[in-house]
Amino acid sequence: MTRTAGIDIGSRTTKVAVLEDGRLVHSRVVDTGTDPLARARELLDGCRADTVVATGYGRHLARERLGFPVITEIKAHALGASRLFPVCRTVIDIGGQDSKVIRVESGRQVNFEMNDRCAAGTGRFLEVMAVTLGYTLPEFGQAALAAPTSVAINSMCTVFSESEVISLIAGGESKQSIALGLHESIVSRLLALVGRVGVESPVVLTGGVARNPCIRALLERRLGVPLLVPDEPQIVGAIGAALSAGNGARP
Amino acid sequence: MSEHNRLLKELGLDVALHDELSRATERSFQRTIGAQQNRPKTMAYFDGVLHGAHGGRIAELVEARKAGRKVVGTFCVYVPEEIALAVDAIPIALCGGSQFTVPYAEKTFPRDICPLVKSTLGMAFAKICPYGPILDYMVGETTCDVKKKTWEIIADDTFHVMEVPQKKEAVDVELWRRSVREFRDKMEQLTGKKVTIERLAESVRVMNDKRWALQRLTELRKADPPPLSGLDALTVMQGALNDEPVRFTEHLNILNAELEQRAAAGVSPFAKGTKRIMVSGCPSVMGNWKVHHLIEAAGAAIVVDESCTGTRYFENLVGDAAQDLDAQLAAIADRYLKINCSCFTPNNERLDDVKRLARDFKVDGVVQYVLQYCHTYNVEAIRVDAALKAAGIPSLKIVTDYSEEDSGQLRTRIEAFMEQLG
Repeated sequence: MTRTAGIDIGSRTTKVAVLEDGRLVHSRVVDTGTDPLARARELLDGCRADTVVATGYGRHLARERLGFPVITEIKAHALGASRLFPVCRTVIDIGGQDSKVIRVESGRQVNFEMNDRCAAGTGRFLEVMAVTLGYTLPEFGQAALAAPTSVAINSMCTVFSESEVISLIAGGESKQSIALGLHESIVSRLLALVGRVGVESPVVLTGGVARNPCIRALLERRLGVPLLVPDEPQIVGAIGAALSAGNGARP
Repeated sequence: MSEHNRLLKELGLDVALHDELSRATERSFQRTIGAQQNRPKTMAYFDGVLHGAHGGRIAELVEARKAGRKVVGTFCVYVPEEIALAVDAIPIALCGGSQFTVPYAEKTFPRDICPLVKSTLGMAFAKICPYGPILDYMVGETTCDVKKKTWEIIADDTFHVMEVPQKKEAVDVELWRRSVREFRDKMEQLTGKKVTIERLAESVRVMNDKRWALQRLTELRKADPPPLSGLDALTVMQGALNDEPVRFTEHLNILNAELEQRAAAGVSPFAKGTKRIMVSGCPSVMGNWKVHHLIEAAGAAIVVDESCTGTRYFENLVGDAAQDLDAQLAAIADRYLKINCSCFTPNNERLDDVKRLARDFKVDGVVQYVLQYCHTYNVEAIRVDAALKAAGIPSLKIVTDYSEEDSGQLRTRIEAFMEQLG
């Protein structure tokens, strides 16, 4: 019996997944906070894994300080999504500070695009906007989904969008329609990335933002294909990392 | 105050700020070039060129001026160095590769122009460019739009703008040959010396020797594993744009001899079978090691550079069969017009270059390097990508400036590209 663990140290959350002979036996998600190494150690405590592979934004820290081999979150999501949905040909991952579109053939990534530098159009953007509108994250997605109309948001930058939202509120626009407008702006930005890679169905949606029902609905409508969403979209990268143990991870 | 700082002070520089720049550059050097393992011993000379660019080289140029030689600043590999050398002038590339000086340019220049121009201007505006005070003359050229408009602001009567055509038709060849002759006139006026066929033949030989040595270095990188890193090859190239050419070539020949031995013995910073990458696009001038470092830190070997700090600087020699001065000048002009810069349209020759180099150097993938706001390379990347795709070669486009704010994302993208190569 082999027991492998994947630890996905993201900008917002850290995830662990433990596989026993390739079968998921344990997973957990916590906030990364300001001490990612301590969080990683905590999550791995008691996992009794023979091998641990790190991925995500904090992977190099884990490689240097904990000696774990690493893979990028792009490969991790390609592997994880293909394990959960072997038919998968495109993965859209919307994480805390990065969005990625990955084309997959037989479980291997063949092309990808990722946002550069800023966190516009990512989970962090949604978090900031939810706070600006006075919603919790779950309320935010629900409100947007139920909105009868939307307001166009022109700015893509998190900071500028916040000012834009504040002036829309001051102009008397409803919170719901602003919420929908913000979701639409994220999806438009994502579609630009998708366009560069080219989408092939079936499409799997991963990352924390996959839990947002409005993003799911808008993406399905704009892509014109149904999305496959794992039960726990946040741990897909950690599963991919665990799968790569002894098989493609970089020491 | 050190003797060198006294010299910088005499030149009117802000010495304290210049010290800060030197420390920033040194930190960057130690983190990238200096951190490499198993480097060729004779790279020490080229590390010295880099460290001396604001040191020994300045003192040397000050002495040369005292002896009556003229120092000519340039901003582009289209400026024919042999013509300056033929009247005993000293051409020096002034392009800046340091983020440190970018904010000084942004005080007056738009933020959304390329970091190379901003870094160069910022160096002068902050009074920390030691070359500024010792230049007798500068030569701009009509390549990119930002440069053309910049010349209008900074040019005075010691500044000449060479007209580089936008196409390569017969009429453009004529225009460019005329530009080269006009440059010859300017150099003669500056120095009071005549460009004779003998002097020109001699400077053509100096430049051809230098190009030939750089071509040989490049050829040696075909080995698997290559005997030196891409970062080291870049360091040599950056030195080529600054150093005294004859001395540079001598030392490059010494390095090449060491590399030949290393290649024969299989000595390399890389393991055999390391993924081979070509970097294609914008130049990486002295102070800028960002993308080369990220690529090699991700476990790949850069084996060839298709850029102005790469093959575009040294491919093609000047023909030396000319019997008279006009024919010699035409041969020089024709050699330079083979540089396939993205400011030309159409630029199909560059697509051919990229495909040829990818094949000859057996690259596994190409990283297209675009300096942020360099529109011509950024847009041309679409055609390059299509050409590579048709040839079955994977490519990754990176658009970035000199700052470190995007290194996390870049690292992920570059590593994922390596994973994709298998």
